[in-house]
Amino acid sequence: MISIEALTKQYGAMRVVDEVSMSIESGSITVIVGTSGSGKSTLLRMINRLVEPTSGRVLIDGNDTASMPAHLLRRRIGYAIQSNGLFPHRTVAENIATVPRLLGWEKARIAARVEELLRVFQLDPVACGSKFPHQLSGGEQQRVGVARALAAEPALLLMDEPFGALDPVIRSKAQDDLLDIQRRFGTTIVLVTHDMDEAFRLGDRVAVMRQGRVLQHDRPGVLLTRPADPFVTRLSGTADRALKLLSLTTAGELAEPGPRESRTVAAGASLREVLSDLIWSGAEAATVLNPDGTSAGRVSLARLLAHGRQS
Amino acid sequence: MPRAATLLRIAAIGLLVGFLAAPQRFAPLFAPLTQYGAPPIYDQGNLLSLALAHLGTVFIAAAASTLVAVGLAILVTRASGAQFLSLSRTLANIGQTFPPVAVLAVAVPLVGFGQTPTLIALFAYGLLPIFENTVAGFQGCPPAVIEAANGMGMSARQRLLAVELPLAMPLILEGVRLSLVINVGTATIGSTVAAKGLGEVIIAGLLSNNTAFVLQGGLLTGLMAILLYDAMVMLERRLLRTVPA
Repeated sequence: MISIEALTKQYGAMRVVDEVSMSIESGSITVIVGTSGSGKSTLLRMINRLVEPTSGRVLIDGNDTASMPAHLLRRRIGYAIQSNGLFPHRTVAENIATVPRLLGWEKARIAARVEELLRVFQLDPVACGSKFPHQLSGGEQQRVGVARALAAEPALLLMDEPFGALDPVIRSKAQDDLLDIQRRFGTTIVLVTHDMDEAFRLGDRVAVMRQGRVLQHDRPGVLLTRPADPFVTRLSGTADRALKLLSLTTAGELAEPGPRESRTVAAGASLREVLSDLIWSGAEAATVLNPDGTSAGRVSLARLLAHGRQS
Repeated sequence: MPRAATLLRIAAIGLLVGFLAAPQRFAPLFAPLTQYGAPPIYDQGNLLSLALAHLGTVFIAAAASTLVAVGLAILVTRASGAQFLSLSRTLANIGQTFPPVAVLAVAVPLVGFGQTPTLIALFAYGLLPIFENTVAGFQGCPPAVIEAANGMGMSARQRLLAVELPLAMPLILEGVRLSLVINVGTATIGSTVAAKGLGEVIIAGLLSNNTAFVLQGGLLTGLMAILLYDAMVMLERRLLRTVPA
């Protein structure tokens, strides 16, 4: 658990981050979203003290982060950035081994960890490990950047617009991979983005920032249905908010008992996808199938529409 | 083309070594340049030992310049030393602007004749290229890479040794090469203040109106400069094989 208490950063007369307090649950993904200049990156960088707060404090599992030297603190926190910042003079394997080496891990343990991470990130350990970053594609570089951030098994991972430089297709894949990896390692993630769709897709909680203040910090659905500020409404967009709301829930969560339908959808599909499928096929309802092929119940068009209604 | 380059390189080394080992064998070549039966090959000292002394002076001066220039560049590219950047730049510029001959003139009354005033002049003259290149090398490190190094938890020292120096190395070595080559030529003026070196041959030729002396002194100096340049380029490639351009 991370507690941010009245955290403030002031440059001259300008308060870039203004008394922000929030708590972040362990094992969750929190997305900080805002326009440029909102202070979201500064807030993130104060967590690992790349920026020293003017006042306020950050507690990780009850320990004040100011109580240890900044560079030692950072070795325990993963950090991934947009332009990935890979070391161009080191191989992919050496890049990933950076923090374990700083921590003085044994060679065999480092090698095993590097290989494990390359596999998890779908990079061939033999072919890829000895390559230099400039020999990789943009998507691969980005994955190596995240793998490097996770190398020393940090409980907390900070990400500053990690997918900003990727094209839409690769970005979508990278977001799915991140969700998988988060589930696999149970890492607490704090991610900064300016893209509200990305925030809704990844965040268990979303914090909307403007002019150094957090306007609202809540579950994505609440941001849509009960926005605390007109700016939150503006940022999330009003034209497709019903569909956005549907995209936050999976078919499995909404399924209810009922007769078997000829149309079937996967339990993991979002309601937005189910709605699209029903419109496309002209069906009134579909049966929801678990991954093992058993029925989880059914969802009807009427129930879908009711779920997308502002409540 | 690499073949031609290799052949040329071997020929240049052969010429230099051959001439230094047995200069008298080249006497017939230089004889037409002499008048009134003057000796065609420098005979007031051993050419090999002069060449070695010449190189020695250049290397000692370059080592000192490198140490000071790189050290200074590291200092002024840290946050705490940034305010000294323009001052250091001015100092290095003065070292280059002030003619080495003038440095000799100032240094001789202070430290006497011989190698020392020459070392001082070459040291001052060689600072600028190394300093400027090292600063450029540090400033050219991508900000994202520095940010990542900090974010990973490297200390300032680890970041300098493991990230900044390796990334700046191509430019640093280029600066050292420039400085070395400039000073091989500049070191000849050291002979005006009695430093041992190939300048002695040239000056003897000028004093006795012996074109052969002037030419062989100049040729040997030129050959050494070219070969040194070449050797440095090869060394750079070898050291930096792992660093992408």
